[in-house]
Amino acid sequence: MSHIVINTTINGEATEFLADERDSLLEALRERVGLTGAKEGCNNGNCGACAVILDGRLVNSCCVMAAEIEGSQITTVEGLAQRDHLSPLQQTFLEDAALQCGICTPGFLVASHALLAQNPDPTEHEVRFWLAGNLCRCTGYDKIVRAVLHTAEQMRKA
Amino acid sequence: MVATPEKQTPANKQYRVIGTRPLRPDGTDKVTGRAAYGADVKLEGLLYGQVLRSPHAHARIKSINTKKAEALPGVKAVVTAQDFPPPPPGSINLGESTANFQFLKDNLLASTKALYHGHAVAAVAAVDLHTAEDALALIEVQYEPLPHVVDVREAMLDSAPVLHDSLRTQIRAAGIAPRPDRPTNVASHMRLQKGEIEKGFAEADVVIEREFETSMFHQGYIEPHTSTAYWNKDGEVSIWTSSQGPFGVRGQVAALLQLPVSKVHVTPMEIGGGFGGKIPTYLDPITALLSRKSGRPVKVAMTREAVFEGTGPTSATFSRVKIGAKKDGTLTAAQVYLAYGAGAFPGSSVGAGAMCALAPYVIPNTQIDGLDVVVNRPKTEAYRAPGAPAAEFGVEAVMNELAERLDIDPLELRLKNIASEGALNASGQPWGKIGAREVVMAMKEHQHYNSELQGEHVGRGVALGFWFNGGMESASSAKTNDDGTVSLILGSVDIGGSRASLAMQLAETLGVPYEAVKPKVVDTDSVGFTMVTGGSRTTFAGGWVAYELGVQIRGKLVERAARIWEVPVDQVSYGDDGVIRGPKDAEGKERKLAFTEIAGQLARTGGQIAVSASVSKNTQGAAFAGHIVDLKVDTATGKVDVLRYTAVQDVGTAIHPSYVEGQIHGAVAQGIGMALLEEYVYGADGRLQNASFLDYRMPTTLDVPMIETVLVEVPNPGHPYGVRGVGEVPIVPPQGAIQAAVYDAIGVRFQHTPMSPRVILDELLPDGG
Ligand code: FES
Ligand code: FES
Repeated sequence: MSHIVINTTINGEATEFLADERDSLLEALRERVGLTGAKEGCNNGNCGACAVILDGRLVNSCCVMAAEIEGSQITTVEGLAQRDHLSPLQQTFLEDAALQCGICTPGFLVASHALLAQNPDPTEHEVRFWLAGNLCRCTGYDKIVRAVLHTAEQMRKA
Repeated sequence: MVATPEKQTPANKQYRVIGTRPLRPDGTDKVTGRAAYGADVKLEGLLYGQVLRSPHAHARIKSINTKKAEALPGVKAVVTAQDFPPPPPGSINLGESTANFQFLKDNLLASTKALYHGHAVAAVAAVDLHTAEDALALIEVQYEPLPHVVDVREAMLDSAPVLHDSLRTQIRAAGIAPRPDRPTNVASHMRLQKGEIEKGFAEADVVIEREFETSMFHQGYIEPHTSTAYWNKDGEVSIWTSSQGPFGVRGQVAALLQLPVSKVHVTPMEIGGGFGGKIPTYLDPITALLSRKSGRPVKVAMTREAVFEGTGPTSATFSRVKIGAKKDGTLTAAQVYLAYGAGAFPGSSVGAGAMCALAPYVIPNTQIDGLDVVVNRPKTEAYRAPGAPAAEFGVEAVMNELAERLDIDPLELRLKNIASEGALNASGQPWGKIGAREVVMAMKEHQHYNSELQGEHVGRGVALGFWFNGGMESASSAKTNDDGTVSLILGSVDIGGSRASLAMQLAETLGVPYEAVKPKVVDTDSVGFTMVTGGSRTTFAGGWVAYELGVQIRGKLVERAARIWEVPVDQVSYGDDGVIRGPKDAEGKERKLAFTEIAGQLARTGGQIAVSASVSKNTQGAAFAGHIVDLKVDTATGKVDVLRYTAVQDVGTAIHPSYVEGQIHGAVAQGIGMALLEEYVYGADGRLQNASFLDYRMPTTLDVPMIETVLVEVPNPGHPYGVRGVGEVPIVPPQGAIQAAVYDAIGVRFQHTPMSPRVILDELLPDGG
């Protein structure tokens, strides 16, 4: 077991941790850093439950090696809320009942956050296209897609 | 524009809280990543486990050598079936299924035979996951491969390889011929009979008989199974798990490890979906054994591959459906034959399928046969309305074909024969108050049904569905707090909003705002026995308990107010608005105390109030659903696009309409998956070919449209708030409705699901493409 030292910025905080060479970013976040908001649904890039934003790009953290992130900026679901209030997406997901069991929710929130950052006025199809890499088995996606559109609308008004 | 209704006035005028859409109490934790699911458990000294699985569909296990694995640095324990004590006789009732202990143990870790590809044979615990994986590769298992059978019809042949030498067919009804006393894969044969079917078919002008097949479908919850256990030095075992039934886990672990239940402590973590698949236990007894051997806490989280290969999907099924009708559409007789592959151990949901098959209709003469057949596949488990989708698919397909043959509108044909209060169901019992007719009427009047279909290769289909909805045992307790709130202590895990729906029913009963009830899900030591969250029973039975708790608290508050006012109890009453009223005082002023006011005084007037209640209900909240679907078939690729979907359902009373809609949305998406996309694919070698989310194709955002829901409310008279349970029935109609719509689009009546692009192309292209 050989460990490596990794220096990154996670949710705005400089973070240094030890990881196994074989750790994926998802494992490192969950087991080494203690951020368990990103979830493992498949560990091979098919479900999006582990989504994080890496240097501005939406990635499945199970498909990134921890060793690759030296010097990177990472945003996880834990970094979306402000100190004392939820982000607009989080608030709307809650109010519009866009979650049931909630296991897919961190991934959908991170992915939707990345979408709205680059497209503040998406169509329903654009939302569906962007989120096609995130699986949810509980909601049939109806209330999730609506919540993203609803948030975009509120943010444009604000 | 899509806008979510801000509906805070209850849809149902008679209530204050029920019918509103408040925020769920666990919501903030779930949108911030703080909610702790099974995989998030972290304990000091935690070890990580992995499970080794059989690469063979059927094989004798000649030896297992774990020496090399044990010698690997970092490995702390290895277990095999030998580490289990012999199982107790008998079985345990898990709510949606029953588990025989011998089979349960053999399924957890194979001893003499591996019965399916993915059958667990050994497990290790090591200091980290990578070491545990390395250790698995060092375990040497000698297998002697045996002939296998994965197809339910082949498994019934006399020439089929036999899975269990001890198995004989259990005959479960009079009139079924006994079978010879030799090993078989047919575990049981049941029959429901009413009237005389021969006479019924003789009276028919038209008789249609068809055969159907459905594939094996997985529940597909996004969270893989996990379990963490710590076997303490005093013999007390603590388990943290994501399960639909913590009490079921406690019972199974205690029985399999021969511990008294009081020594097993199960803490339910947040659960990332279950749909029936997280009722049985796969890991908990194993993590407990690994912990005993290593002296440290052990966590095992399944890989996605292990979830597909080693946990319980639905049965792949074969059915034959024959229905007879008079020219005017009156049904005279129906005969249904169902053979369900149970997987490697007996216990498919064929019985429930048989009871549901013809439920939406009144037919004087019926016979339904159900066979439970073992095959070399994972042991099947409950999946949303277990057994019903496959059974009703064939029936709905024949009903749609009958409608065409008789030249009657498919909904008219159904209305003519619809189940109604007082009529007898297939088991010969009279129906109570049900909403089947209301559902079909709502479908008929819906704009969707009356709209025009446009374009090429587009089609429309309809189908009905039925599910019983369970009752069973639930317990809770509640206590008042100084600040005018009530804590509600629950034994049901919250899989999609039940904390909210149960808190709402207590708030309604007490006449207090929803926010004044604080629900909490607790471990098995902290609340009374509660059955699984499953079978759409939680809001029903848990709601009963919440109501009873409320009634008890009301009674105690009335007594307390009488004492404070020094008036007789019978002059004090508790209003539905949460205000306690007494007789006028000496100055002629009405005595009254709101719940919040009296709660603040309780500590000084005899103490806070704590109550507990449990119910055990065998009553049912029968639920009917009817779906309308429009779709388009791409004749070049065979791909089907669902264009529009409307789901009508009798929901009894919608406690929290957003969660009711959400349940329907999710079930419809799963049903679309069954109809068009999902299946277990086995190779000639009996191995599962598609154990990943990429290859087991669950619907994505692009595979489903927005799903319109129509909530018909015919309150269940067997529940204080009319609850029926809503989660199961909407998975029943999609396969039938989509099959009919595909026929409408391209003129082919498929008799198997999924109707995947490959299957459709095979049909459309000359020479099968
Ligand atoms: S866990 Fe990374 S995509 Fe599924
Ligand atoms: S809410 Fe359960 S998987 Fe999406």
